[in-house]
Amino acid sequence: MSLFKHITEKPWERTGVIGPDPEAAFDTAPERVALVIFLVVASVIFSMLTVSYYVRMELPDWTPLTEPVQLWLNTGLLFVSSVLFQWARNLVTDDDQQKYLMAAFVGAGVFAVLFIVGQLVAWNSLQSAGHFVASNPATSFFYVLTGLHALHLLGGLWVWSKSLIRLLSGCEAQDVRLSIELCTLYWHFLLIVWLVMFAILSNT
Amino acid sequence: MSYVPLADQAQELHHPRSWVTKYVWSQDHKVIAIQYGGTAILVGLVALVLSLLMRMQLGFPESFDLIDPSSYYQAVTMHGMIMVIYLLTALFLGGFGNYLIPLMCGARDMVFPFLNMLSYWVYLLSVLILMASFFVPGGPTGGGWTLYPPQVSMAGTPGSDWGIVLMLLSLAVFIVAFTMGGLNYVTTILQARCRGLTMMRLPLTVWGIFIATILGLFAFPALLVAAIMMLLDTLLGTSFFMPAIIESGSPLDYNGGSPILFQHLFWFFGHPEVYIVALPAFGLVSDVLSTHARKNIFGYRMMVWAIIAIGGLSFVVWAHHMYVSGMNPYFGFFFATTTLIIAVPTALKVYNWVLTLWEGDIRMNVPMYFAIGFIFTFIHGGLTGLFLGNVVIDMPLSDTYFVVAHFHMVMGVSPVLVLFAALYHWYPLVSGRMYHEGLAKAHFWFTFLGTYAIYLPMHYLGFLGVPRRYYALGSTDFIPASAQDLNAAITIAALIVGAAQLLFFINIFWSLKYGKKAGSNPWGSASLEWQTPDTPPIHGNWGDELPTVYRWPYDYSVPGAHADFIPQNTPESEEPTADEQHFDPDHDPSMADL
Repeated sequence: MSLFKHITEKPWERTGVIGPDPEAAFDTAPERVALVIFLVVASVIFSMLTVSYYVRMELPDWTPLTEPVQLWLNTGLLFVSSVLFQWARNLVTDDDQQKYLMAAFVGAGVFAVLFIVGQLVAWNSLQSAGHFVASNPATSFFYVLTGLHALHLLGGLWVWSKSLIRLLSGCEAQDVRLSIELCTLYWHFLLIVWLVMFAILSNT
Repeated sequence: MSYVPLADQAQELHHPRSWVTKYVWSQDHKVIAIQYGGTAILVGLVALVLSLLMRMQLGFPESFDLIDPSSYYQAVTMHGMIMVIYLLTALFLGGFGNYLIPLMCGARDMVFPFLNMLSYWVYLLSVLILMASFFVPGGPTGGGWTLYPPQVSMAGTPGSDWGIVLMLLSLAVFIVAFTMGGLNYVTTILQARCRGLTMMRLPLTVWGIFIATILGLFAFPALLVAAIMMLLDTLLGTSFFMPAIIESGSPLDYNGGSPILFQHLFWFFGHPEVYIVALPAFGLVSDVLSTHARKNIFGYRMMVWAIIAIGGLSFVVWAHHMYVSGMNPYFGFFFATTTLIIAVPTALKVYNWVLTLWEGDIRMNVPMYFAIGFIFTFIHGGLTGLFLGNVVIDMPLSDTYFVVAHFHMVMGVSPVLVLFAALYHWYPLVSGRMYHEGLAKAHFWFTFLGTYAIYLPMHYLGFLGVPRRYYALGSTDFIPASAQDLNAAITIAALIVGAAQLLFFINIFWSLKYGKKAGSNPWGSASLEWQTPDTPPIHGNWGDELPTVYRWPYDYSVPGAHADFIPQNTPESEEPTADEQHFDPDHDPSMADL
């Protein structure tokens, strides 16, 4: 859609039917449009937190936090999860490869669950070291950022589990294709958000 | 992926099977709109009563024993928050957005009806959480609607333990509801328009709601983040916003937080919020003016561009709410400049409304009264905004009644007048009946003149230096005793205006049963929502076949046409004459003598 072309139209000059049947700004499913808009909303949430993080960091009571090594393993888990989703997405369009689809799709979700478990382990190790949520603003931000990220992932897992139930109940792969594609996009997004956050947390 | 057009997806419609699924757990956008609207108006009435209690205290401080200082602050806070978020945002977007978007887009429903239903119920939950704060120990928060830390969490502020927690929780839940609804509105407008309905053939109502929803989707996250961090400060003792501070002589467990950070986050949401309310109002009033002036909206493209420009600019003006919080003078200069720039597209819209009326075949129907009333109040409130946008003028006027008068004129009275214009305009569509003309006109005059009686004197109080948010003035040397007489007069006007709103409620309920049958298109409107096979539109809106759109929604008084309007879905072949096809306002003979 050329937005500029659209909004420079002079609607009073022309009558008759213009354009496709029916009108849609993007040649794709509404679910995908809604998801992309939601990704922008989620980006704003994380950007606001990042800006707040840098503003708060400048104040004198800030003590840098040494992040648990566990986070490197967790990053690997989320990366594998994202790769498996991409694999499932590629398989769903290939009729000869359906036998691997279930394995890839289940694996993707399991690795995401493992990531969340890994994050809880990281939280636990921080708490054992005496870094509680109110100990220092750096730890407060750590819990808020990782917590909100995990909540977003849990939302994704809810959609994943719904699609999994449909697949298990004998639904054709084509019927869950859109859902798998959207999960993949969402997972890639959350991986990027995590990588950015991990980079910021590790370097400050 | 090949995409099956929404119109061909039969399963998209969820036909209600019982009374409960039809009217309670409904997925029909029209029912959800009425649920949203009804809830918003009910909670708005609570806020109205709170404002009247405040006025009684201010006007006659010695005579009534209705509220004490604590409950006064709670009333101030709850009145502000309810009016801005739970009434105006919910009614414009949840109410009018839900009702009009699918109808004006020629769709059968929103693209995600279940999500739409969920949006309403989550909104209702947020309202219930907010209302619950009236009944918890300590009552609702009294920190002012801006909820500035640290005072909002300190023991001296009412509701600093339970009230603030419920307020923040309610806001977070509201934002979830708004996001669900907002995704629906934007996706529906982008993806579900009927055949022939290009973006530039959309009524300005849809444009206003579209851009306002995008603003909401981008602005509410800032409030969400602020609410989460403040909740943690309050409940878990973190120090995001709370600085090291002493309460009743003993230091609190906070250290080093930044209250200014909260202000930035709050106003990064707060200023676009003004336009989340204003843009739908701009859209609705444009359509009301055009329809009742029997004339196409003047400068349609410019109106669309102005909505987009205002939407974009609204994200770079937020710190003009913080001039007195202290900032680098260059920042002040920047934000004052952007604030004044935003007046340009806004003024352009006002000119276009006035030029739409110019030489129109104006029908003084009730919606037109309110729409013209809006032009007055909006110019008035907009001009005082130019005063306050300048740092040096804002400094002495900040936190006085001048500010109260300004924002009530520009984002209180003005949007409310549009709401009434829109409610009267679309009442025949929603109910199938006409309202009582006399009652409605009486309602207008009481409301319009009454609000001037309330807010004009407040500007003067502000110049005198009367501070806002004070429970009582006490013996203040620089304020003359006569200011109290003005306050009493304002209170009397407020009570009359408050009581006059009963006329509206009596009217809409009385007319539901006894109003004249409206017919399918009582205003002779060209836009799509009035062209449904049934009035009020039934589930699915369009019968067997979706409409096809052949023209823009403002074909009024087209030269050579038999009727003074041509509906959007009238094909060229049914046009009365060939002249119309080449209709160009620039060469409109009726404009020749301008």
